This record gives sequence, structure tokens and C-alpha cells, in this order.
Amino acid sequence: MDEITTKIVDILQDVTGLDDAGQDKDQDLFKDGVLDSMATVEVLVNLQDEFDITVPVSEFDRSQWSTVNKIAQQVQELE
Amino acid sequence: MNNITPYSSPHYFIYLLLLLLPIIIGLWFGKRFRTYDFFATVVILITAFFGGNMSQGISLLCYVLLEIILVSIYLAYRKKHNSFWIFTMFVLLAIIPLVFVKLDPLLQNPTISLFGFMGISYLTFKSVEIIMEIRDGVIKELSPYEFGRFLLFFPTITSGPIDRFKRFQKDVNNVPSREEYVELLHSGVDKLMKGLLYKFIIGYFFGTLLLPKVQILAMSYKGQTPLGLSWWVLAYMYVYSMYLFFDFAGYSLFAVAISNFMGIKTPMNFNAPFKAKNIKDFWNRWHMTLSFWFRDFIYMRLMFTIIKHKWIKNRVTIADLGYITLFLIMGFWHGETWYYIVYGIFHAIAMITNDAWLRYKKKHRESIPSNKFTHAFAVFLTFNIVCFSFLIFSGFLNTLWFS
Repeated sequence: MDEITTKIVDILQDVTGLDDAGQDKDQDLFKDGVLDSMATVEVLVNLQDEFDITVPVSEFDRSQWSTVNKIAQQVQELE
Repeated sequence: MNNITPYSSPHYFIYLLLLLLPIIIGLWFGKRFRTYDFFATVVILITAFFGGNMSQGISLLCYVLLEIILVSIYLAYRKKHNSFWIFTMFVLLAIIPLVFVKLDPLLQNPTISLFGFMGISYLTFKSVEIIMEIRDGVIKELSPYEFGRFLLFFPTITSGPIDRFKRFQKDVNNVPSREEYVELLHSGVDKLMKGLLYKFIIGYFFGTLLLPKVQILAMSYKGQTPLGLSWWVLAYMYVYSMYLFFDFAGYSLFAVAISNFMGIKTPMNFNAPFKAKNIKDFWNRWHMTLSFWFRDFIYMRLMFTIIKHKWIKNRVTIADLGYITLFLIMGFWHGETWYYIVYGIFHAIAMITNDAWLRYKKKHRESIPSNKFTHAFAVFLTFNIVCFSFLIFSGFLNTLWFS
């Protein structure tokens, strides 16, 4: 789990260019404006490459992907 | 007897509530009567589609049958294979009936729109959603009954809001607790009352009483001034915008209210759109189920494909291309006339400009003031840009200039 979380934080920081993105694992990334539609897609593409999973692009229920911890949980389920 | 458009008159609600009564009593006592739900659906479909010469009803039946066959075949195929081209073919097949209906006025050939019935757009959105989610692996099992029930959910059948399959299933397979249901009834009654106020009082005032008068006054300047422009065109713009909002928001409130009575939490379509502080914010508040549908099934997918294959490197270019694609498709979906297409292009340009401004603002945060006056100005500017786009959308300029 920790390894997954670290990778996700790396991806978030790469995509947004913010050094503190994802530091708080329960921060709401959509509400706080860290991720817009474009950044979200970039994160998804990176997750797909990094973890070799197929992410559901459209049935993308934002409430289930809104924090680093939630993303980690989704990735684990899809792996 | 003619077809009865759902929610079109106040006394429709009396019959509708009578029909809903057994459902409401059932839910109150923690039961869903599947057979009665089916019966109520049939009654509504008959009054809405089979009242006239039955052509609408027959079209509806053929359409639903076609979509069920397509979805079933694709589901069976997807369990073994996953080709992009087969997927694309099924999406195209699913939208062909809608394309025919939309092209019909252009070709002036009434035989081509075999599938013409009220609400075909909204059923097509749902069908395409299902095919895309089968492709993504989000939907793994789906019976024709479940699919049909989702498509033909009667409170939203003619004009949305566009629900999502998984969300709908969660509600329809569940019976709310007494407390939850009391809450739903309460919010349903609130929305019903607000809807009556919006559609039959405010919408009626702007649309039926005011709009025709303003239109006559604005038309009287035709040929008198350059492009026939006068202050009345501006008045038409605001009156039409108010009518459009209150009429459609009122209708949407009815659809959500009736869904609530049936224990279904159909998503809302409007969230104070005229309070939007920029055009992006506006699309998160206006006809939300449609704009979110376009965002998730067109914009996001296109972005995803372009970035995955690294076709274009520049993020700004990708986002702008996404906006143009999305709003052009939305324009064509509204209808094949110049003013719907221009409406789409206008909104794409507004979104691109807005993004550029936000990027500029991010870079120069210190030197740009931000206070309640700038906020009020932003809301005012957005409101006027939106109303101007509705003037294009209304087709009034077409009447003023070309007919």
C-alpha cells in the first residue's frame, strides 16, 4: 500500500507541478482545485502506465477518486 | 385523443399522482411492487406516445428493441474480445437512429426518420453510456430487463435529467428506509412546488406573456436599422434567457420530484447557473447532467486517447481541441441549423478564452485585484455572455435577418 501511495504522490506532483500536492493523503483533490479535468486525465494515463491497470475513464465517479488514499484503494482493486 | 407531453399542464400532475399512489404507499411500507411499476410505465408510455397516430409509439418500441439487441450483442462480444473498431462500430450503430432524426429537417424527407419520437436524444445518451461502460469493464452483467427499465424510466423519459446506470441501479434495487423515504418525499414536494412556480408562473410570464410582444417590437425594426438591431433585440435576449431557464429548470424539477416519490435520486440539472463566476463554472451549473455526460463520455475520453498515444504534446492545445470537439458535437446535437452550430463554436471560444485568462491570472496573481467588486463584475460578465449565446441559440437572429 505504501509503495502505491508513494507512486501516486509522485504522479500527482509531476502532473500538477506542485511540490506539496498529495502531501495530505486525505485532501480533496477536486474540491481544492489541485486537479482539473485535464490534470485528472493525465493522472489517469499515468496510473494506467505505472500500474498496468485499465482505468474507467468515463464512469469516473469523482467521489471515489478524490484523495490520495482513495486513489490508492481504487488502484489496488483494479490491479 | 392526442399524445400527452409529460408535465405540460398542471392537471397532468393530478393523474400522475393518482398513478403514483400505490408506489408511494408501497415504499412507505418498505416494498417495491415490480409488476405495478411495469404497469405504471406502460400507462405513461401509452399516453405519451400512442395517443395520436401511434407512429411515435411504434418508433419508440423499434428503437428500444434495436438498442437492446445492440447492447446484448456487444456485451457478449466484450466478454471475449476488446477491439477498438468493433466498439466504435457499436457506438455508431447506437446513434444512427438519432442521426437520422437530426438530419431529417435538412433532407426534407420524412421517411428517413423512422425512429422519430419525443426523447430519442435522451435514450441515446443512456444507450451510448452503457456501451462505453461495457467497453471500460464497468458494466459486466446487464439483462435486457434492467437495460429496458433504465431506458424507459418514465419520469425522465422525454427530456432527462440523464441519470447514470450504476447510480440508477443502486436506487432501484434498494428500498429506502422509512426515514430516508420521508426525506425523499419532503424534498420531492419542495421540488414539485418550486417546479410549478418556475414553469407555470415565471416561465409562463416570460415565455407566453412577454416574449411574443418583445418579438413583435424587435421585428418592427427589420430593414429600418443596420441588421435590424434595436434595444428590443437586447430585451428579447434577456426575456428569452429567463424563459429558457425557468421553463427547463421547472421541467427538470418535476422529473427529479417524481423520481424522488418513486425512491430514485435522479441527479439535478441546474444549480443557480446565473451565479456562475466564469463560463466553466456556468457549465458546471447549467443542464448539468448533459454537460457532465459530454465531459465524461466525449471530452475525457478524447483527452485520454490523445495523451495516451502522445499525438499532441502541448497541454493547452489538447484542452482547446477537446473544447472545440465537445461544443461542436453539442451544437450539431441541438440541430442542423447555422445558429446551433454558431452557439457551439461561441461556447468553445468562450471556454478557450476563459482557460487562457485563468493561466494569465495564475502567473500574475499579485498584480490582479480580487475582491467582491471583481467577483460581482465576473458574475455580471458571465451572465451577459451566456445570455448573448442564448440569443444565438434562440434562432431569433435567423428570423430577423433571413426570413
